[in-house]
Amino acid sequence: MIEPIGHVRAGVRPAQPRRRSHGAAAWGKWAAVAVLVVTAVVALFPMYWLFANAFTPISGTPPLTPILVPAFRLDNFARLLGGTKYYANWMLNSLVVALAITAWHVIFDTMAGYAFAKRRFPGRNLLFWVLLSTLMIPVHVTLIPLYLITRRIGLVDTLGGVILPGTAVVFGIFLMRQYIQTLPSELEEAARVDGAGELRIFWEIILPLCKPAVASLAIFTFVRFWNDFLWPLIVLNTPQNYTLTVGVANLQGEFMTDWGVIFSGAALAALPTIVFFLAFQRYFLEGVRMGAIKG
Amino acid sequence: MTGLRRFIRRHGWSYAFILPSLITFSVFVLAPVVWALVISFQEYSLVRGGRWMTPFYKNYLTAFTQFGGVFVSAIRNTLIYTVFTVTSNILVGLVLASLIQPLSHRLRTFFRAAYYLPAVTSALIIGLTWAYIFNAQWGFANYVLRLVGLPPVRWLSDPDIALGSVTLSAVLTVPATAVVLFSAAMGSIPREYYEAAELDGAGPIQRWWHITVPLIKSTTLYLVVIYTIASFEVFERIYVMVPSGVGNSTQTIVTQIYNNGFKDLNFGVASAQAFVLFVMIAAVAVVQFRLLRSDVEY
Repeated sequence: MIEPIGHVRAGVRPAQPRRRSHGAAAWGKWAAVAVLVVTAVVALFPMYWLFANAFTPISGTPPLTPILVPAFRLDNFARLLGGTKYYANWMLNSLVVALAITAWHVIFDTMAGYAFAKRRFPGRNLLFWVLLSTLMIPVHVTLIPLYLITRRIGLVDTLGGVILPGTAVVFGIFLMRQYIQTLPSELEEAARVDGAGELRIFWEIILPLCKPAVASLAIFTFVRFWNDFLWPLIVLNTPQNYTLTVGVANLQGEFMTDWGVIFSGAALAALPTIVFFLAFQRYFLEGVRMGAIKG
Repeated sequence: MTGLRRFIRRHGWSYAFILPSLITFSVFVLAPVVWALVISFQEYSLVRGGRWMTPFYKNYLTAFTQFGGVFVSAIRNTLIYTVFTVTSNILVGLVLASLIQPLSHRLRTFFRAAYYLPAVTSALIIGLTWAYIFNAQWGFANYVLRLVGLPPVRWLSDPDIALGSVTLSAVLTVPATAVVLFSAAMGSIPREYYEAAELDGAGPIQRWWHITVPLIKSTTLYLVVIYTIASFEVFERIYVMVPSGVGNSTQTIVTQIYNNGFKDLNFGVASAQAFVLFVMIAAVAVVQFRLLRSDVEY
């Protein structure tokens, strides 16, 4: 099913030193590095260009000669924050949404993952398979009923309406189940023999042991919902309540001619996840590997 | 002690641990899926609620026939986008991971991070950035064409080219997940296989083709499936790169679901289209299971 993490970890091992290579092999290695560098430049260029434009004063249409070296000035950002009433609101809204959903998943996915991994109870396999099978369902199928449900409980155009459906993503349960399965059961059993309650066992033994997996899950969830677009676009309709992605998408309509503002708005929205990634890239890449579900 | 009490004492905590997830799952996934299926056979209005239609499959019929078959174009566009994107993503991911593999640990970490970095930015902002690059007047793409003396191209407004431009932007985005997963899979192949092959006189390319490629088959298959599903669901990129669409030529399945559902409030037809997407994705999953059953584990 899910790739066992120990097995995957083997991939992190550094390559063994090779025998002194012959001229041809060394040449091949440099050719490989050259290809990789060129690809990395292509991969990073759009992001670079976005930031280079954001930091160069542009009012109206950008110049015909592309800005390749940024001027490192904040004019566009000043116009963005002065001209759009709500940019700060959008950032705050995105933060609230992403943090609330992340908190939910860290706690409840770990609990569910623990139950599915370590405890035997009637219906366990059936429930797990029901959850697993719905991973295949595209969110687009549920959009309309979700909208109708959100309307019925009066949460359209509120952050609550953005947050609630986000708690129903089951991906984290598999990630945590898969990690917790690799943990030894002895500590937990010893604590039980000593008379510790189930909640205490969970809080004081299971959760601390899950730190690396929880870190990956938290980072993944945060970035995913910080970046989420389609559902917030559907459920939010007054500018004050927008999340960042919806707000930035609307900048294009609102400031049709002031590209400096659009560039800086988009760059500022991208910045947190980039900084986040640079700080925690180990957890990110580990999370990608852990999240890969086999067959 | 009655049976029920004993049952609760034995299993109560297990159920308590899964209960919160189960509740949100039931309310926000399970019930909506069933409801969506119902709505796909109804005429649904926000005021009057749902009314069953005759014939019961009328929405499905309408989905395919309305507006001169725009949904058929949307499916065709989605498939074209998917074929190009998935093929290039898998090949590029495989080649990059293979080139990274023999490098030192530090270089490998560096390249994996460089390739992954754009993937943490929202699809919306990536799409917006590509819209800038493909801007007809001051975009970077036309600047490059001018440099080499070629005429400018109306990347996003020419109906013959727009879908190709969007696809090109996806092809030129390095498949971050593929690089990371291929790289992990290659790292877990036992070294003895390569050493044995080297003793038998196999060159680097032969070793790659006869050992690496077959042994990462299940990863390849997994990546094909997730990239196919992601491409079937393409939306943000289209939404920002060609906001108002270039006729039928840039409609995709999800833009159709969005337009019918949330612009025209035609919930029945949008739901029917969503189930067409669902069936396509399910078909991909079934093929995956079939292929994996014959897989050899090492």
